[in-house]
Amino acid sequence: MSMSYLELLKLASPQAIVTLTALIVLAIGVATGRRTVVTGVAPAKPQERATHAVPASMSRRTADTAAASTGTCTLVAALGLIVAIAAIVMLPSRADLFRGMLVISPLNSLFEIVCLVLAFFTILLTSRETSNYDEYLAIVLLATIGLLLLVSSEELLMIFIGLELTGLSLYLMTAFDKGDSRSAEAGLKYFLFGSTASAFTLFGLSLIYGMAGSTSLAAIADRLNTEPLSPLLFAGLAMTLVGFAFKIAAAPFHLWAPDTYQGAPVSTAAFIASGSKVASFVVLGKIMLVGFSSVHGSADWRAMVAGWSPVLAALAAFSILIGNFVALVQTNLRRLLAYSAVAHGGYTLLGIIAGGREGFSATLFYTTIYAFTLLGAFGVVALVRRETGGDNLPDFAGLYARSPLLAGCMAVFMLSLAGLPPLAGFFGKFYLFSAAFRAGANHGLLWLVALALFGSLISLYYYLIVLKVIFQTQGAERARQSSAAENGLARLTIAFAAAAVLFLGIAPQFLVARILAALP
Amino acid sequence: MIAWTIYITFAGAIAVLLLPRTFSRWIAFLATGAGFAISLSLLFCRDLDLAHFTTIVRAPWVPALGMNYHLAVDGISLTLVLVTSITAVSSVLFSWDVTERPNEFFFWLLLVVAGSFGVFLSADLFLLFVFYELVIVPKYFLIAIWGSTNKEYGAMKLTLYSFFGGALVFIGIIAAYVTGGSLDLNQLAQFQFNPQLQRWAFPVLFLGFAILAGLWPLHTWAPTGHVAAPTAGSMLLAGIVMKLGAYGGLRVAMNLFPQGLQMWSKWIAVLAVIGIVYAAAVALRQRDLKFVIGYSSVSHMGFVLLGLATANVLGVSGAVLQMFSHGVIGALLFAVAGRMIYRRTHTRDLDDLSLMELNRALPFAAFVFVIASAASMGIPGFSGFAAEITILIGVWKTYPLAVWITGAGMVLVAAFTLRALKKSFFGDSAANIRLQQGRVALDADWNEYGRITLAEKLGAGLLILATIAIGVYPKLLLDRIQPAVESMRFLKTGG
Repeated sequence: MSMSYLELLKLASPQAIVTLTALIVLAIGVATGRRTVVTGVAPAKPQERATHAVPASMSRRTADTAAASTGTCTLVAALGLIVAIAAIVMLPSRADLFRGMLVISPLNSLFEIVCLVLAFFTILLTSRETSNYDEYLAIVLLATIGLLLLVSSEELLMIFIGLELTGLSLYLMTAFDKGDSRSAEAGLKYFLFGSTASAFTLFGLSLIYGMAGSTSLAAIADRLNTEPLSPLLFAGLAMTLVGFAFKIAAAPFHLWAPDTYQGAPVSTAAFIASGSKVASFVVLGKIMLVGFSSVHGSADWRAMVAGWSPVLAALAAFSILIGNFVALVQTNLRRLLAYSAVAHGGYTLLGIIAGGREGFSATLFYTTIYAFTLLGAFGVVALVRRETGGDNLPDFAGLYARSPLLAGCMAVFMLSLAGLPPLAGFFGKFYLFSAAFRAGANHGLLWLVALALFGSLISLYYYLIVLKVIFQTQGAERARQSSAAENGLARLTIAFAAAAVLFLGIAPQFLVARILAALP
Repeated sequence: MIAWTIYITFAGAIAVLLLPRTFSRWIAFLATGAGFAISLSLLFCRDLDLAHFTTIVRAPWVPALGMNYHLAVDGISLTLVLVTSITAVSSVLFSWDVTERPNEFFFWLLLVVAGSFGVFLSADLFLLFVFYELVIVPKYFLIAIWGSTNKEYGAMKLTLYSFFGGALVFIGIIAAYVTGGSLDLNQLAQFQFNPQLQRWAFPVLFLGFAILAGLWPLHTWAPTGHVAAPTAGSMLLAGIVMKLGAYGGLRVAMNLFPQGLQMWSKWIAVLAVIGIVYAAAVALRQRDLKFVIGYSSVSHMGFVLLGLATANVLGVSGAVLQMFSHGVIGALLFAVAGRMIYRRTHTRDLDDLSLMELNRALPFAAFVFVIASAASMGIPGFSGFAAEITILIGVWKTYPLAVWITGAGMVLVAAFTLRALKKSFFGDSAANIRLQQGRVALDADWNEYGRITLAEKLGAGLLILATIAIGVYPKLLLDRIQPAVESMRFLKTGG
């Protein structure tokens, strides 16, 4: 392959720009100096911690520089992401570097943009009180590069590198709240589960490479077309799936999710639930439907055929049941969102199981709108946490009286998750379930659709409980002052997410047409 | 033009939310009033083809999936739009005294009304389902925030039942969409679904809708929901929401899967007859006035389902007329029980009420309740009689035995209605309760609510007028319903 480095850099410019931004942010942090010295272990309660974050000894001048520095960092990071989006828009519409290592196609570009937008809003949601703010932003950007690699690669090795880069950055981001032991615990759990899952994936990939003789998805697909499914290949496939099941928190590989969603800094949780999930579903769909489409198998009722779809169907069924039933008894909103995320992972898998252009497009639509919904929901959690110091359900009591905007947005997010019109979740579910119903001979996936609908019915109960608390119970006035400008950015993010969920519910064509046009 | 009922109501909902609270009830009144005016004017419009489901608006919505924004109207739709708008106007009038968060109250109320208009006018399966599900959440908030007795339980039960029905409908709709390859109701009504699919898809779809229509034994959400709801909420539930289920069963399930209907109609009839008799018997033993009316709703809706199960012109036309009739009468009964009595006496217990001599304290309420009871019992001259007799003539052709059992059930209906009437307004007087013209003193804040207000009188007057008009001259609606029913497929294929 003859290609000048300049050409190469041009095609990889989005990734390069984000990398550069991360470095600049770090440099700004170093240049303005360390601002806070964490003395000992700070108390676990956030409101007390907040008072410790700025030691009294710090002079007014340092505080001002610190504020200016965090402001600059945010601005640079946000600008970098915007420039990266612009770079993607200007790229040629199709290119292929090193046999699938880096592929530019309409689909990849679309989801690179989605990931960048999600990262952008994650940065807006990040609390300025985070210690070592600049490093946190740099790690968010690094995780974003991982997502970009994941989405834009069609080669197993590169996909693995993307998974690892994202994973390692997310472990760090999870454990970033040094004052909170929950955060440390969450980081450790996430890391242990994640590294085990990665090991499985790597082993699975090596088996697949051994069987197929190539790491490029296209080459694997060619090879498999002529060969039947051997047990060893199936083992490799199943092990690879473990890694992805972990990423999308499908039961029974979901055990890290509740602790991570609850313990991690809120913006980290939002990023895990949105960006990381979107990228994982895009890659999973590509691997299964491009690379392994010939060993699809069948998950039809009483007509199962060996392949990857029965495995995914089992994962989906477990996720829907476990996620929804366990979410019923949660009293912490973040844990509740975690279990509901497990269930939603199950619904989203339905599209991939159904397969085909329609199924994949339904999965992509659903995972995108789900990402925006959870981003917004975590935004609300972040603001309530800043106000009341907690995120248990009672902390949300009377939110309606304190902030009608946040309460209204939360209603949009919860009802969209429950799948009620006119919100995006409703259309998303209709799309997914009709794709699943259409697939297979004689509507064999009806059992899975019925199960998913049953799950939605259960989920409506706990989403309504959340809304009941928000709208009905008169909460004590526990508001605490926090920076108005910062809340302004977070509010903007939340309002944008709510508007997006509403808009994509009323005019789903906007996204569906783009996804369908991008799919081959 | 009838599409404007939907737009005006939605616009009203948004306006109510944005404008100051002093305007909210007036905006709600204007929005629902406009809907009423439009539907009434269309009733007398000559150049509208009401015999067929005629398209009025059609625009692509999600072309990739074949979804259209497609509205249509025929005699059945028009009848239901009319009853929706009548109930809506009077429920706003009966909520004139809502002072707690009135913006949101009228917002949710208008959403229910707008969604119902949407269901009755949709000619696209997906659009219909969107409107159908849109009505669920407002009901939850109306009941959970502004309700009374056991409101959170009632609200959640009602919502989960509706959503469960919605899930069944979802499966049925996807089945029709995927096999029929279209979402257009008129196109699907021409499509020959294979009998094997119809065998399971029809009961799933019909059951999903019928849950909302109060089909026994899945009716239990109705009495609890009605009791927990605020007055306007009960009026909307009885007047509109239960009709959504029956309408869906007719327009979607029966019209798309005629062979499925043939296979299952006798089971529907059996459940409907059990519902009529059972609910009437249960109503006879209730102490809470609203529970009596709640069960009477289930009983009356049993007539609708029985009429649908006959699958002949008279039975089905009668069922549609009964939907109108029960909408008006049910709303009137709940208005008396919830607003006129409960807001003044703070009790709905029949034994307590029987000590109060309400006929002297609230003569207007007594007058309205007598009329509503007479209409509910099926006395000639009121719409209930016209509807039920049409249904029974239809039933006679297919299930003669059901007519006998239902006849016995009607005696029970008369019995519990008279019992409720006697106990609530014409009880034995007791000396220990202070009485004053127009006021009842049982509660500490007895003087808070005085005489029957003008708003209440107007609302009640509208409903009474509607039931008498249709009772005296049922042809007004039947002439529009019958041709529309005749053009439905299950009749042509020899159902």
